[in-house]
Amino acid sequence: MVVVRITAMHMSDGLVDIPTAAVFGAVAVIGLALAVTRARRDLDDRTAPMAGLVTAFVFAVQMINFPILPGASGHLLGGALVAILVGPWVGALCIAIVLAVQALLFADGGLTTLGTNITNMALISVFVGYGVAMALRGLARRSRAGLVATAFVAALVATVGASLGFVLEYAIGGAAGAALGTVFALMSGLHALIGVGEGVITAATIGAVAAIRPDLVYLLRGTAAPLELRTATEGTGA
Amino acid sequence: MGAGHSHPLYLAGSSPVHRLPSEVKIVAAFLGVVCVVATPREAFGVFAGYLVLLGAIWAIARIPPGWILRRSLIEAPFVVLAVLLPFTGGEPRLDWLGLSLSEPGLLGAWNILIKGTLGVLTSLTLAATTPLRDLLIGMQRLHAPALVITIATLMLRYIDVIAGEARRMRLARISRGHDPRFLWQVGATARGVGSLFVRSYERGERVHLAMLSRGWAGEMPRLNEDVTTARHWRLGLAPAGVALALAVTGWILT
Repeated sequence: MVVVRITAMHMSDGLVDIPTAAVFGAVAVIGLALAVTRARRDLDDRTAPMAGLVTAFVFAVQMINFPILPGASGHLLGGALVAILVGPWVGALCIAIVLAVQALLFADGGLTTLGTNITNMALISVFVGYGVAMALRGLARRSRAGLVATAFVAALVATVGASLGFVLEYAIGGAAGAALGTVFALMSGLHALIGVGEGVITAATIGAVAAIRPDLVYLLRGTAAPLELRTATEGTGA
Repeated sequence: MGAGHSHPLYLAGSSPVHRLPSEVKIVAAFLGVVCVVATPREAFGVFAGYLVLLGAIWAIARIPPGWILRRSLIEAPFVVLAVLLPFTGGEPRLDWLGLSLSEPGLLGAWNILIKGTLGVLTSLTLAATTPLRDLLIGMQRLHAPALVITIATLMLRYIDVIAGEARRMRLARISRGHDPRFLWQVGATARGVGSLFVRSYERGERVHLAMLSRGWAGEMPRLNEDVTTARHWRLGLAPAGVALALAVTGWILT
């Protein structure tokens, strides 16, 4: 038997039929167009390198496939990581760029399924991750441990969410005869496990950034204590 | 850091395919794959036709077929679903070497396998003949939003920053008595992933400032005055036209 390896998430050409690929291609284009218009506000001299770096980081991280079960391996998606660090709009663009470069240069994921891949990993995963992080924002802003826990949960949920997107597309236009139940169980089960690994890496990265440069974490914007001006008063100092 | 920012799938050359403007190649590759995916799966001969077409392009581009086939193994993980299909698919079933295989499952597996393979071979052909810089310029000329170009350029620049920083951290660990063996190195790298990120960011910030101070304004500068003419488009889209003819043949035959 051929080595059974399951690499998560990237759909190859021919896995879904052309109409499905076209519909989700349109979804991806509309989502990204919206993201471009909204992202402009979030990007300045300080955040542009962050967006570039987080994209490169996700690119590197997606290349590492780690074994989760005998015969099955997965890779990280990075959706929650970018959502928390640079916000959902810039984040969706970052992941979409990673996917486009992978498809064009590394033949990782198909060209016609780029739309479905972007929908799953750049739109669903990033916005689910961001939604969870926003819901837990109170916890995240209270303490470092809270932020780390938020990052872990957001990454876990975002990963499973993206896998459900995959199942949905397969249900609509799957070109092959595998039973939907099998695909659902395989994808969601596998991604619950990948999600744990994703959560650990996301939490470690966010924790380190927040410890040194909390000003760079999108989720923590507006929480920095305003500078307090104190003037020397008579009788003190001197 | 002074090394050329090339990628591992690029095969340097000066063939007509290499010299074609990158935006033409991107569009042609995309259209070609659309034709492949739209071909009905029972049109077996047509898929051989696509392979011949790709072979002709490799000959023009002087890419050894072995070179590209070795790299096409990248696809292996994707086709796993296809391997399972003949066993899990529905009726009718047929017996082969004592195995009970599903006929629709077999067809489905063939479908994923052949279309996925042709897709990978097409992307590899594009990657082998187009360096990173040209790809960015191609995206720019296809009117990708400036913001996207900015992020993509920085990303490609920062991959080297991250790799360099990871190398420095590994050297630092070794010089402090760490004895990395094959797999245990992974644990140390994973624990250091947060500090790798912060170190890369701080270096990346300086790189960005250096780029700005040298006049970088968000997109790649044009180093030559080449313009893409209608002739380039005709030349580059000819293979896509052949692919379209093949797809139409497939539709008529089945």
